[in-house]
Amino acid sequence: MSQVNRIDDALVDSLVDRTRTIKFAFNDQLYRAHPGDTLASALLANDIRVVGRSFKYHRPRGIFSSGAEEPNALVELHRGARREPNTRATVTEVFDGLHSRSQNHRGPLGFDLMAVNDYLSPFLSAGFYYKTFMWPKAFWEKVYEPVIRASAGLGSLSGLPDPDSYDKGFLHADILIVGAGPCGLAAALCAGESGARVILADEDFQPGGRLNAETLAIDDMRGSDWTKQTLALLAQMDNVRLMTRTTVYGAFDHGIYGALERMTDHLADSDQSPRQVLWRIYAKRSIVCAGATERSIAFGNNDRPGIMLAGAVRAYVNRWGVTPGKRVAIFTNNDDGWRTATDLASKGVEVSGVIDTRNIAAPAKVQGASIVMGSSVVNTIGRSGIHTIVLSNGQTLKADCLAVSGGWSPNVHLSCHQRGRPTWQDDQACFIPGGELPQGMHVAGAANGALSLSGAISSGIDTCKQALESLNIKASNAPAIQAEDESVQITAFWHVKQSDKRCWIDLQNDVTTKDIVVSHQDGFRAVEHLKRYTTLGMATDQGKTSNVLGLAIMAEHAGKTIPETGTTIFRPPYTPIPIGALAGRARGKAFKPTRLTPSHQWAEEQGAIFVETGNWLRAQWFPLEGETHWRESVDREVSQTRASVGICDVSTLGKIDIQGADAGEFLDRVYANTFSSLSVGKVRYGLMLREDGIVMDDGTTARMAEHHYVMTTTTANAVSVFRHLEFCRQCLWPGLDVQLISATEQWAQFAVAGPNSRKLLEQIVDAEYPIDNEAFPFMACGQISVCGGTPARLFRISFSGEMAYEIAVPTRYGNSMMATLMQAGEPYEVVPYGTEALGVMRVEKGHAAGNELTGQTTAANLGLGRMVSKKKDCIGNVLSEREGLNQKTDLQLVGFKPVNTAVQLSAGAHFVSKGQDAITRNDEGWMTSVAYSPSLQHSIALGFIQNGQNRLGETVVAADPLRQQSIDVEIVSPHFIDPEGERLRG
Amino acid sequence: MIIDHPLLGPRDAAEFVYLGDAALINRPEHTDEDAQGDRSWLVVTRNTLTHEISKVELARDVAIANGRDR
Repeated sequence: MSQVNRIDDALVDSLVDRTRTIKFAFNDQLYRAHPGDTLASALLANDIRVVGRSFKYHRPRGIFSSGAEEPNALVELHRGARREPNTRATVTEVFDGLHSRSQNHRGPLGFDLMAVNDYLSPFLSAGFYYKTFMWPKAFWEKVYEPVIRASAGLGSLSGLPDPDSYDKGFLHADILIVGAGPCGLAAALCAGESGARVILADEDFQPGGRLNAETLAIDDMRGSDWTKQTLALLAQMDNVRLMTRTTVYGAFDHGIYGALERMTDHLADSDQSPRQVLWRIYAKRSIVCAGATERSIAFGNNDRPGIMLAGAVRAYVNRWGVTPGKRVAIFTNNDDGWRTATDLASKGVEVSGVIDTRNIAAPAKVQGASIVMGSSVVNTIGRSGIHTIVLSNGQTLKADCLAVSGGWSPNVHLSCHQRGRPTWQDDQACFIPGGELPQGMHVAGAANGALSLSGAISSGIDTCKQALESLNIKASNAPAIQAEDESVQITAFWHVKQSDKRCWIDLQNDVTTKDIVVSHQDGFRAVEHLKRYTTLGMATDQGKTSNVLGLAIMAEHAGKTIPETGTTIFRPPYTPIPIGALAGRARGKAFKPTRLTPSHQWAEEQGAIFVETGNWLRAQWFPLEGETHWRESVDREVSQTRASVGICDVSTLGKIDIQGADAGEFLDRVYANTFSSLSVGKVRYGLMLREDGIVMDDGTTARMAEHHYVMTTTTANAVSVFRHLEFCRQCLWPGLDVQLISATEQWAQFAVAGPNSRKLLEQIVDAEYPIDNEAFPFMACGQISVCGGTPARLFRISFSGEMAYEIAVPTRYGNSMMATLMQAGEPYEVVPYGTEALGVMRVEKGHAAGNELTGQTTAANLGLGRMVSKKKDCIGNVLSEREGLNQKTDLQLVGFKPVNTAVQLSAGAHFVSKGQDAITRNDEGWMTSVAYSPSLQHSIALGFIQNGQNRLGETVVAADPLRQQSIDVEIVSPHFIDPEGERLRG
Repeated sequence: MIIDHPLLGPRDAAEFVYLGDAALINRPEHTDEDAQGDRSWLVVTRNTLTHEISKVELARDVAIANGRDR
């Protein structure tokens, strides 16, 4: 049995390529299809009627629509890591080898164990969860939630990382046209001929919209032929970009639109191309030509497979050459439904009857069909597919497909994204865009209530001319387009009240008319409450076929008009957007950029172990062959640096170039201490406060020339300090003559530390720059050159406590500079050292770092209170004097060593006096930084303790209840190494 | 959002970071006495007909005078 529902080629000129046959799988069964088919048209062609189970009652469900609005035919596509649940079969292009599965059933699709819910339906109405799972309270976590979780949801994810890639892109246009149906194509022609920059986006793979689904003529051509001709014209215009498979999913502020282009979803092999592109489109104007969506009528058992929207039934016949049934009946309240009857009859499909709720003369003759005016369908019979329908007059009709039309709802979605509120049109029985539209947006065609073909086309052209005029672009005089002005008369009809069976409104969420009544009874009468209480209009289809119907029935039940009842509005996205597309390339390692130090390549060659610090990847230590524990490497690096010389890449420190006549004055104001008095050629340690008096950052600043300073910041605060300085410069003291630029990336900087550091540097610093202690003493700085003319900056500063220099060269020389320094240091057995050794040496020296500069500590806490100059104002000066920050019991930074030096200390321990319990009330401070000191051969620590400076020599307890440790520690000076600073000045 | 930068022209909001309320610009002079108030509660004695203020005391002093203590 193969494609039994394909209509004879001679009878229909469909848009699928019947000369080629492809194969696809549904629930592991292979079927045939043709290029141009959607999964839905292919399933219907193969007479697959049940494609899934409903959300709540697990009722068998079939294909309901032919587009993005589909509530029923949600399937899982692909296998393995590419498995994608909840995909609409109606918009999925079939390709050779496509795998698809039905979802939401336990056991086979034909016999779902969860279908028992259908028999429990009297209990499962709106508010069921709210009312039922209230008590006993203890049951919620252990019983109710796991059960609900297990039965909730539709498809399931693979749980594997997404193997596809996604891109993001930016586009600009004078006019963005959303939808390439008759209205959008006409508007695009008009705009394109005027010379405006146009983007025409259509969600379908075959532009044309309803023109592909109808038999109406334009310019004496079949609609689909006119579409082809128009697309060919547009393709010749350089100023028009046609984007197919592209859904404009959201209208955002200031004329920005989000669009998802599906690049490879229709291909068996993506060939490494990005699967989808998320476009951000900047459009001066937009014309939303998004068309309209048909809706159903609520009648008994109106959810059975074979019951479909009337427009979809004729779309399958006209576009895909597939008949959804052998014997089709039509149930309508409008003239459009009749076109399904006449189109089908003309293609040789048996139409058993047309039932129209209106008491008027039949609008058309239909060969062989029973015409029943002023009647309705009260029930349908046939569990996994209908075979009979029952009318309100008692008559029964044989039909295996029932095409229903309750009228068309304009796709107003995008017009609502900035809180525009649609208005009700009684004569057309639909909402059209209303209220304030997003900036620059026009709505045309069926989306604006122009539901006939000629109406849509002229609306598209007129609206385009308005948009062009507002942009001061002259519209060209294109010849008029002649199209049929077919009848679209409708008399609103929502609910067959004679039905004593369940009447569905929202197929996706299993919401019936009874749920609306319950919601009303329970007091949830406002439309927003109705939606949330009944789940009407939620999930993947967002109620595209059900919102208006549900609202109208609520209005009827409450005895109100629809305008009195109100309407819900829409948020982006119009259709679901994969999270992967929103993430784009920013995932895994690419989530944020990785910054590499200038000597990264060299460090890699040495087999360095790296650590992430912010975005930076820094060498943590450099293991030598035979070293099995990181401590071995780190201890060696520290010892060798202190014994001879070591080199560390410190380029990650923030560097800010500060120039101008007022540069010194500026620094006096942003630093707590004074810099205007610093001599040219000297460096000073600086402490920066926040306005609230707390320490913000520290670093050294060098005066390179009278009006030129170079500031360093901590690695972590490089960006925030620069922003802060720019704020101060621009907003607080705009009159100061000072300019700033970040130079962090421009200079590679290396610490050369240890007693042999000078000897090492003398080999590479050019001879005209003497660096002996007299010419270049501690805290000196200067412009020099190295290696025969390479420009460099030298600073005699030390973080390690050793005699040390920092040498900076333009970044491009960084990697070779590292190698050159190492080579020059060979006679001294120089070592490279990483961030661990850097940390050990700064703890040994008692320098504060990130662990101490927590954003909660003051200069006084750090023992740097005297640095806050009282001779001048600076940021934070006033508030640093707050009483609460200046108590006798304030925390002070001191050093700690274990009484039993064999013991390892642990950072985070809190201090209590000897003999006190380790409880919060007795807390006197905490240990901030801990290191094993290879110099002292035992564990050492820095920490804050109340009144610490006056307690040197006292023994306290470092209590660490988390690690169940209590260690006796002695309070000592934080300067474990060379407290007098003799090495620095050597 | 699109922000029309006075120097660089229209730019997407994603190209900017938010610093804070523009009132940050109005930094008080450090010489201003108690520009931010001293948090003291006061007892103000005022003629509600003429708005004449006859006495202003620290509420703390009034409380102590009334015998309030720990």
